[in-house]
Amino acid sequence: MKLDAHIPSGPLAAKWDKHRFEMKLVNPANKRKFEVIVVGSGLAGASAAASLAELGYRVKCFCFQDSPRRAHSIAAQGGINAAKNYQNDGDSVYRLFYDTVKGGDFRSREANVYRLAQVSANIIDQCVAQGVPFAREYGGLLANRSFGGAQVSRTFYARGQTGQQLLLGAYQALSRQISCGAVQMFPRMEMLDLVVIDGQARGIVARNLVSGEITSHPAEAVVLASGGYANVFFLSTNAKGCNVTATWRACKKGALFANPCFTQIHPTCIPVSGEHQSKLTLMSESLRNDGRVWVPKRAEDCRKPPGAISEPDRDYYLERKYPSFGNLAPRDISSRAAKEVCDSGRGVGPGGRGVYLDFAEAIQRLGQGVVRERYGNLFDMYEKITGENAYATPMRIYPAAHYVMGGLWVDYNMMSNLPGLFVIGEANFSDHGANRLGASALMQGLADGYFILPYTLGHYFASAKPPKVTTSHPEFKKAEHEAVAFTARLLSVKGKRTALSLHRELGKLLWDKCGMARSEAGLKEALKRIPELRAEFWSNVYVPGSGGELNQALEYAGRVADFMEFAELLCLDALARRESCGGHFREEFQTADGEALRDDEHFAYVAAWEYQGPDRPPVMHREPLVYEEVHMSTRSYK
Amino acid sequence: MNLTLRIWRQKNRQTPGHFETCEAKDVSPDMSFLEMLDVVNEGLIQGGQEPIAFDSDCREGICGMCSLVINGIPHGGQRGTATCQLHMRHFKDGETITVEPWRARAFGILKDLATDRSALDRIIQAGGFISVNTGGAPDGNTLPVSKETADRAMDAAACIGCGACVAVCKNASAMLFVAAKVSHLNLLPQGKAEKDRRVLNMVRQMDAEGFGNCTVTGSCEAVCPKEINLAFIAKMNRDYGLALLKGA
Repeated sequence: MKLDAHIPSGPLAAKWDKHRFEMKLVNPANKRKFEVIVVGSGLAGASAAASLAELGYRVKCFCFQDSPRRAHSIAAQGGINAAKNYQNDGDSVYRLFYDTVKGGDFRSREANVYRLAQVSANIIDQCVAQGVPFAREYGGLLANRSFGGAQVSRTFYARGQTGQQLLLGAYQALSRQISCGAVQMFPRMEMLDLVVIDGQARGIVARNLVSGEITSHPAEAVVLASGGYANVFFLSTNAKGCNVTATWRACKKGALFANPCFTQIHPTCIPVSGEHQSKLTLMSESLRNDGRVWVPKRAEDCRKPPGAISEPDRDYYLERKYPSFGNLAPRDISSRAAKEVCDSGRGVGPGGRGVYLDFAEAIQRLGQGVVRERYGNLFDMYEKITGENAYATPMRIYPAAHYVMGGLWVDYNMMSNLPGLFVIGEANFSDHGANRLGASALMQGLADGYFILPYTLGHYFASAKPPKVTTSHPEFKKAEHEAVAFTARLLSVKGKRTALSLHRELGKLLWDKCGMARSEAGLKEALKRIPELRAEFWSNVYVPGSGGELNQALEYAGRVADFMEFAELLCLDALARRESCGGHFREEFQTADGEALRDDEHFAYVAAWEYQGPDRPPVMHREPLVYEEVHMSTRSYK
Repeated sequence: MNLTLRIWRQKNRQTPGHFETCEAKDVSPDMSFLEMLDVVNEGLIQGGQEPIAFDSDCREGICGMCSLVINGIPHGGQRGTATCQLHMRHFKDGETITVEPWRARAFGILKDLATDRSALDRIIQAGGFISVNTGGAPDGNTLPVSKETADRAMDAAACIGCGACVAVCKNASAMLFVAAKVSHLNLLPQGKAEKDRRVLNMVRQMDAEGFGNCTVTGSCEAVCPKEINLAFIAKMNRDYGLALLKGA
């Protein structure tokens, strides 16, 4: 299979403008003839559903939560990047583009990232017009801060709740389209399969989570905006419901899965407190603007209270190792550095898996009032979870799975290799390469939904002219039948273990063998263990209740079944990528001082995996990454 | 610690519910309330019984999906805290805890502790937005908004739409929820053009959904996990009165 990213020709800065002109348009009167299914209602899904409906397409939007306002985009705290250069500090579209490509360790497509930087400014304008209450200066203009490893202040924010406010903006736009009948909303509905007819994505099969009814929904195009798969690690900062089901089942229907091993581990999360833990909580990395990260220099000091360790006995390891970026070093680098000091026995807190994030100096310099104003809600949240007051004693943090750069393969138009299947937001692989910079996920979700998909989807309709299909087509019947059978199979095992215990075991295995550091031996071990665990799942899981009612245990078991399959692909990809880059760190490939050793000669490509059925290994297709504009330098934050 | 739970069980919307008692053993004080329920559910499943249905998603107090009336108080009575952020260190060993779903005429019970809050979505659909299409928005800095106004709008916008204000109110009124959205948008210059029709339409929908009237007891503010201020209700009443006078 030849992968064509359909990147427009011409100079980088002119590609998107040229492409917008060259794309075909759908006559306004004809738009209502096209029906679009959007799966997911986060930033990408809600913004796409609303924008497509505004254009005149008929939209059906599905989410598994009880309301489209709850998608996990809501939890993003820090902010959203945009190349506005309001601060006159040297920012530009090109700089945001360059920072994102470099931050992604040169494993993303130049053209996609450049377009992302270009439309970033429009996003802010759009959100302001919608009433998103961004932070303001006293003069009434928009405030910015520097965030997540950027040396310019280009991050817009709404207290510590930027994701929530942006999502509410998109949700409100979506609500307006629902009220005028342009969007039909299906909350508490979960996509169980993608329907492909004559090679084109033509609809989905979904389960009503309240009644249990499984129904078919035809459309001229399907948009997956179903988020990421970080919950494959069981413990992650993702919401409990986040899952790989929609994208994995699309993969099983022929869509390619790209770079699944590019997972992001976030450095500032609250450490695990016990076996009961259901999820991990992220503390916004904006905290690193004022907090200093340290551990004791000597392992024997780790049990002392932090106040009893004097200044010369502390190792501010990020400042020491990366003097020019210090505590703001990018996520992958900070996470690995934390793991390294904990592995050396200098971690703090229960189990020795934690490092201090200390605000004492900031409080002395700025006063507690200023620190409270900047981070008050985060300090409150920390206290709720740990029972500790971070104004008085340093926070303890540890890395946790947080985001995934990998996802379904898409071309420049956000379309997968299956015509009519579009994938946007975290669910696709497109813009972040091997590592995502802070405040860029919100930017990408909204860029895809507001400003890219509405153009490229129209082009698809105008050029492909998909014929009408109905749910009586055999492919719909077949998919419906399979979804019913899958549900029945889960209920019929009647074993002894809960889906949760199996998921926890899988997650622990992946975290150990395919987490912050990966090795050939470890990955091979995981690849041996995963099929065993999957067999154990299918022979020994117990799912109570029936399929014809609200059954949360059944919903969850279905998602875990998909993680059990997907985990194998994740490890295969990690094994095949014999280099270290971004969030993917292979122990065999590091420099003498322990930094990631990238191999551009052999691995400057996108690995796109094709599913071959349950008994045959997937096949990898390569899309070479060509850098015409930037030089692939070695990332250094020293 | 060991706890006794008196939990509301209800098969579905149509079947009447009842309280059931179950034990929660070896509860760690570091668990969140929902993690404690997860552990109880694991035990129920392993014992061949149906687990307790309850809603949750983000588990960091921001998505608004979790609910639960705990010992008579929505979200359990810790100030500014949603159930998912309520930790077991606030309970005592040997305690009996009563757990119920949100109860209001406008919310149906779907199963056990899970409720249908779609009425809140329909209120937003009636006018809780600014009518701007994608594209064509002017530069974000063309319209200065004073810091005070932006902060106040943000105070209102912080509402997570959980419905605790409705669940606690003796009239099952949704006034705090509606007032938060009306105030967020009506305070900002961008929202001024639709100020009157917004408040009238949203209040009309609120009444149509069967939510009760506000008698200003302030219980809503007391249980709100985002501590939305009661003064926003006064602001909404003012906006509503003005809109009526203008005959909008």
